[in-house]
Amino acid sequence: MIYDVVIIGAGVTGSAVARELSRYEANVCVLEKGEDVCSGTSKANSGIVHAGYDCQVGSMMARMNVRGNELMGQLAEDLDIPFKRIGSLAVCNDKDRMNDLQALYDRGIQNGVKGLQILNREEALEIEPNLADGVVAVMYAPSAGIVCPFRLNIALAENANRNGVEFRFNTKAEALCCDEDGIWHIRTNNGEYLTRTVVNAAGVYADVFHNMVSEKKIHITARRGDYCLLDKTVGNFVRHTVFQLPTKYGKGILVSPTVHGNVLVGPTAFDIEDKEATATTAEGIDDLTAKAALSMKNIPMRQVITSFAGLRAHEDGHEFILGEVADAPGFYDCAGIESPGLTSCPAIGEYTSGLIRDALGLKNKENWIGTEKDVLDPSALSIEERNELIRKEPAYGTIICRCESISEGEILDAIRRPLGARSLDGVKRRTRAGMGRCQAGFCSPRVMEILQRELGLPMEEITKSGGRSTIVSSRTKEDA
Amino acid sequence: MMADTVHTAETTAREYDIVIVGGGPAGLAAAAAAKRAGNDSILILERDHELGGILNQCIHNGFGLHTFKEELTGPEYAWRFIQQVYDLGIEYKLNTMVMDISEDRVVTAMNREDGMFQIRAKAVILAMGCRERPRGALNIPGYRPAGIFSAGTAQRLVNMEGYMPGKEVVILGSGDIGLIMARRMTLEGAKVKVVAELMPYSGGLKRNIVQCLDDFGIPLKLSHTVVDIEGKEHITAVTIAEVGPDRRPVPGTEERYTCDTLLLSCGLIPENELSKAAGVELSPVTSGPVVNESLETSIPGVFACGNVLHVHDLVDYVSEEAARAGENAVKYIQGLGEAQNEGAADPAAEARRITLIAKQGVRYTVPSTIDPEKMDDLLTVRFRVGDVYKDSYVSVYFDDERVSHMKKRIIAPGEMEQVILQKSKLTGAGIRNITIMIEKE
Repeated sequence: MIYDVVIIGAGVTGSAVARELSRYEANVCVLEKGEDVCSGTSKANSGIVHAGYDCQVGSMMARMNVRGNELMGQLAEDLDIPFKRIGSLAVCNDKDRMNDLQALYDRGIQNGVKGLQILNREEALEIEPNLADGVVAVMYAPSAGIVCPFRLNIALAENANRNGVEFRFNTKAEALCCDEDGIWHIRTNNGEYLTRTVVNAAGVYADVFHNMVSEKKIHITARRGDYCLLDKTVGNFVRHTVFQLPTKYGKGILVSPTVHGNVLVGPTAFDIEDKEATATTAEGIDDLTAKAALSMKNIPMRQVITSFAGLRAHEDGHEFILGEVADAPGFYDCAGIESPGLTSCPAIGEYTSGLIRDALGLKNKENWIGTEKDVLDPSALSIEERNELIRKEPAYGTIICRCESISEGEILDAIRRPLGARSLDGVKRRTRAGMGRCQAGFCSPRVMEILQRELGLPMEEITKSGGRSTIVSSRTKEDA
Repeated sequence: MMADTVHTAETTAREYDIVIVGGGPAGLAAAAAAKRAGNDSILILERDHELGGILNQCIHNGFGLHTFKEELTGPEYAWRFIQQVYDLGIEYKLNTMVMDISEDRVVTAMNREDGMFQIRAKAVILAMGCRERPRGALNIPGYRPAGIFSAGTAQRLVNMEGYMPGKEVVILGSGDIGLIMARRMTLEGAKVKVVAELMPYSGGLKRNIVQCLDDFGIPLKLSHTVVDIEGKEHITAVTIAEVGPDRRPVPGTEERYTCDTLLLSCGLIPENELSKAAGVELSPVTSGPVVNESLETSIPGVFACGNVLHVHDLVDYVSEEAARAGENAVKYIQGLGEAQNEGAADPAAEARRITLIAKQGVRYTVPSTIDPEKMDDLLTVRFRVGDVYKDSYVSVYFDDERVSHMKKRIIAPGEMEQVILQKSKLTGAGIRNITIMIEKE
């Protein structure tokens, strides 16, 4: 079969494009090398919906950021994605850099960002009491927000899948070329895929695929960012996303609440060659601890429950590379998608699918369904509603993850829904089971048991995150 | 051997004198003691599918030497108390998670059969135990692959589920569970290559180092930590390095160990999220509630015992402490009938109150305050030290007067210490502070 569109990568960009394409009568398939959606760059980022003031004026990045920010509210409502427009602050620690703060403001105005204000220290402290002593002024951007990056990615993919888009997991695109008839051949570890168009949403590997088909080479550097996540008990430490004045390495270290009530500190910025090197380093953690102290004082770093690192797909020109590649008709790039990529994904989806719709002359699907429901959150229910739920589905009465109060019912939902969870991390990203302060110490054996039962797999084949990430090696008193 | 269904006389009953949160060793002992002290309205809420708590996965022996003068396994020790609960006809609910405790002692809990329900209690005994410090909180650099477990999680997998995490093991931290698991994994055929401990002393009991490491030739490297974790999907190796006095790795001392399993035994944290939400004052040192001589927290009628109060080494002491909490809860309820509002707001009690001060090597004391009128004839004050002290003295001062000066050959953070105070010496003596400290001479 020849697909109309094959998308390489089921991260937030690929999934956003897939969801937008699912509006049209077309055969669309997403190839993902991981065992789940959201298993590369999209799983380790700040979860920030940026206002869009710091992108270069007139850039694709600025356009996508501002448009993505506009679209996020409705998208979050349609797909049941936790999203809060809490506003952001960019802090200035140096009276001599007030010009830079003003320049940021001016750029924001030119980018069409609404509601920007520069606040002096006293005004800023009123809305953000724990700002560091050295902060002299801030720029307040009320349109910035925070979103659950996992749910955003998963919901986009689920919705695409509901509307007919196929997903192929554990399927790694290895090479591609275009034949004389203009059909693209994509070789994978799971056979060849034929398609009229290709969307390159391969994250840190987008340059590899681009460079296979185009003479105009691009180069993407994996820029590692280390993060620390703090326990919910200190969730009220910060109210806005607090940035520092941007540098050439990005937006600096941020301190922000997360949409689930934790505090996130990060990311650092280290350019590295290895596109898989998501290891945190001691230097990285030290660096972020030191730098974060410039924006906020007495950050409760003793409450760190986990640290992790993500890779940004930094393109040399620090610009989103979108659209059909000039010397490779039918090949569409979504490359260089680093921050504000998460914010921009709804806009990138809209833009890229629009180009493909026009090129292929795609027609609207009549029975397209644009909404999804997240895994039910019983904690949002009244006691009466919750008891009604437990009467119908007793599994909602058994708490499996005690730190986050996640019931068996929610875990079963996460496994049984379209593109459901197949691993501990898959369950974690859909339900938060294992994401709390004990970091799955108590619940992982119980989640493994549920996965085993639901998937009909032996315990030895249950994984943390697919591939070789098995959790137990054998029965006791047995040779491996 | 244990019932697996909800066992209550009347599930619609929504008022109890005493609700005990947790059916592990602390909760069981508290329940039995409260019942024996004459209270018939007791309910234990247990989140797991059987009573006994963490003891059920501690299949090694060495439990009960103090209480029963014999060596029991964890499940055997638990069973002695579970039997008491059965025999005394104490009600309990299994698979039941307490979701909230309010300041006025309304306990909200949930299970499959009852749904979400609330119980108004006259007294609440906190007995939720503790959890292990996870990898994330240790900020170990490197990848985050499969094959990294807290020692207790591995213990559950091996001893209760019957699965091996792996065959080549490195252990970070020398807490007791880590030491026990070093032996357990070895007996199950795994190779335990090394135990690395950040501190210059072990966090576990001396007897566990001897019986679980030395007897099996497993090296313990003090002042060492993990500085790198390799393996993108599954752990393949770790690098450990020596640390200096500042506990930072010393360059050039790195040693790489291939392994498929990393166990962490780096400290236990009392699980006080419910207590905190209820408004119970917590100690920043123990992470457990601040309690008085009756093991009562800052909220009158809310008591705490066991590892939720402070982490213990020996379950015998948990049982003893918990029994006192149970008895005191009964006394508290009896007091409610006799005199209204006695306790925290009583000015005479305020005037009598003695504050315990931990200093000079002593990290904390449990309890933190004593009302001599309410204390037992003998009161055990438990504490831990922050460093290893050799040939030193544990001194007790009543205000400025040193009243006790006990020589100890060795005092270590891994072993809980105690002093015993006599009611007769404190009553009416007008003492404001009792200070416990370590002195060289």
